[in-house]
Amino acid sequence: MSEPLRFLDAEGGCARELPDFARDRETLVALYAAMVRTRSFDAKAIALQRTGRLGTYASSLGQEAISVGVASAMQDRDVFLPSFREHGGQLWRGVSMEELFLYWGGDERGNDFAGPTQDFPVCIPVASQFPHAAGVALAMQQKGENAGAVAIGGDGATSKGDFYEALNVVGAWGLPAVFVISNNAWAISVPRSEQTHAKTLADKAIAAGLPGEQVDGNDVIAVREATGRALERCRAGDGGTLIECLSYRLGDHTTADDASRYRDETEVSPHWQEEPLIRLRNHLVAAHDWGKADEEGLLRSSGEAVEAAAENYLATEPDPARAMFDHLYAAIPEDLAALAEEAGDD
Amino acid sequence: MTELTIIDAIRTALGRALHDDPDVILFGEDIGIDGGVFRATDGLVQRFGAARVRDTPLSETVIAGMAVGAAAHGLKPVAEIQFMGFIYSTIDQLANHAARLRNRTRGRLTCPMVLRAPFGSGIKAPEHHSESMEAMLAHIPGLRVVVPSSPTRAYGLLLAAIRDPDPVVFLEPKRLYRSMSEPVQDDGVALPLDRAVILREGGDVTLVSWGAMLSETRAAAESLAGEGIDAEVIDLSSLKPIDRDTIRASVGRTGRCVIVHEAPLTAGLGAEIAADLAEHCLTSLVAPVRRVTGFDTVMPYPKLEDHYMPSVERVRRAALDVMEFS
Repeated sequence: MSEPLRFLDAEGGCARELPDFARDRETLVALYAAMVRTRSFDAKAIALQRTGRLGTYASSLGQEAISVGVASAMQDRDVFLPSFREHGGQLWRGVSMEELFLYWGGDERGNDFAGPTQDFPVCIPVASQFPHAAGVALAMQQKGENAGAVAIGGDGATSKGDFYEALNVVGAWGLPAVFVISNNAWAISVPRSEQTHAKTLADKAIAAGLPGEQVDGNDVIAVREATGRALERCRAGDGGTLIECLSYRLGDHTTADDASRYRDETEVSPHWQEEPLIRLRNHLVAAHDWGKADEEGLLRSSGEAVEAAAENYLATEPDPARAMFDHLYAAIPEDLAALAEEAGDD
Repeated sequence: MTELTIIDAIRTALGRALHDDPDVILFGEDIGIDGGVFRATDGLVQRFGAARVRDTPLSETVIAGMAVGAAAHGLKPVAEIQFMGFIYSTIDQLANHAARLRNRTRGRLTCPMVLRAPFGSGIKAPEHHSESMEAMLAHIPGLRVVVPSSPTRAYGLLLAAIRDPDPVVFLEPKRLYRSMSEPVQDDGVALPLDRAVILREGGDVTLVSWGAMLSETRAAAESLAGEGIDAEVIDLSSLKPIDRDTIRASVGRTGRCVIVHEAPLTAGLGAEIAADLAEHCLTSLVAPVRRVTGFDTVMPYPKLEDHYMPSVERVRRAALDVMEFS
């Protein structure tokens, strides 16, 4: 078994020669800034939830590199199909923080992105987004779009039939799809070791006749490089790829979870040494003159952006009751119109 | 005009849709070279090519889920589930995704897909091949569920389902596939999706049914006519949404109603119609609403199939029962 693809080690040292994009300061700063913004967003979301101003929320703490790395390899015309822990990727793609707050705050308008209008909203039923990605890829293939459908799911998702069955059709039909597994070592309380006897989750690609690759999911450069190559395969008509990104869930499953019920702090703490922001910051400092002022400026601007988005979210009036009827069908059926009347307008 | 059976009419409508709209794509199990196990797609792969008439791997979850993804990204997929007994694993995709994508994105993404499936018993099929579980689907907000009852209606309703901007489950009464034929013009004209149809006018009792059970229901109506009872027969046609106005208006005239379905009794669609009449037509009703349905048993194997299915005699007796109230 080959080692997972890795460019930056945990301290930020170069484990191998960097790909071209990763020699560019501007690109690296953009990736780092996106991860910092994601972490700020997570922190604010949890604060809002703890004070009763947001619904149950799934933090991406420690996994920022996966989502950001994947999205940064995508082009506008590709389609992103995220699970519920991919805020970083959604933000990179152009979904606004305010829209994400709206979604997690319980307002469907948060899924009506002004940004990447072809992207899917967050998918809650685990692994059910993979068949969608196969369908999007089928439409891309059919229309000659020269694009790829990129779906992300967790390690638990690879135990579901939806994942296997979708991976199988991607292989059988040569569909331009990339399935990314964000392996954060835990599916709520069940560790990866109990999830499957498979040696790696990337190995699951073998059954579908597809390439499967393990990547250090805490190295945003590796995630972007692997996703970029997989998308190149899509565009070249070479079909799909499975990418397993190895990371660790530093926080609870969601704000409704208490991870101390099933794992010790002694298990968690070493993973703080591996997390994705430190290594890229160290690399930026060492190789690109990233200084204290740069870091402080970034933290300040991220914090301001999050605060402004939260303020706008909190100031948003809920939709009228009528809205739950208005978008159920293209045109409201008669029997539903009668119920809408009963529900009233506010 | 050509004489078509229901299966012919379905095939003709699929061909018309493929011809008219380049975004229409068909996929399902054995629908290509084999033409579908009932031959609904016979000859279509030869006419339209393997890219638009696709044999899928054997996975109902993927058939439904891929339809959602493809529909949201600009195609108009018409997917086939080989038998309704195998539709259960698609309910996750239908209920959690197809039926709510428009709503949860406030119209940004939509799901103009059709899922076709043969349903019902009466052809002595093996285990799991004879179910009528339409009420499970009609319970899902955001979905449409449509059942044709004749070649003309199969052609027009399937075209309407394919053109509809929302997800439609199109349930085909397989007992009727080849049991009747009539002239059907391939003129590309769709029928309205949301309308129940009065198949036989009558002033004494309203009989509501859909799909294959309309055969027994109409036969019972003819038999009742010989006894001086004039039954009105309504083809519900759209199981979701339900054309409540047509049923209420009919019962407003007759004061009596019998609902006939092959599906099990408990929480079947007959219960919904009966409840609607209790809520809205109480002052018109002169007799209890009766339901004649499949028994609340597991669908029996073929040897006992005929005992399970509502018979003409059971429908006739129920109508005579309600006629005894004055």
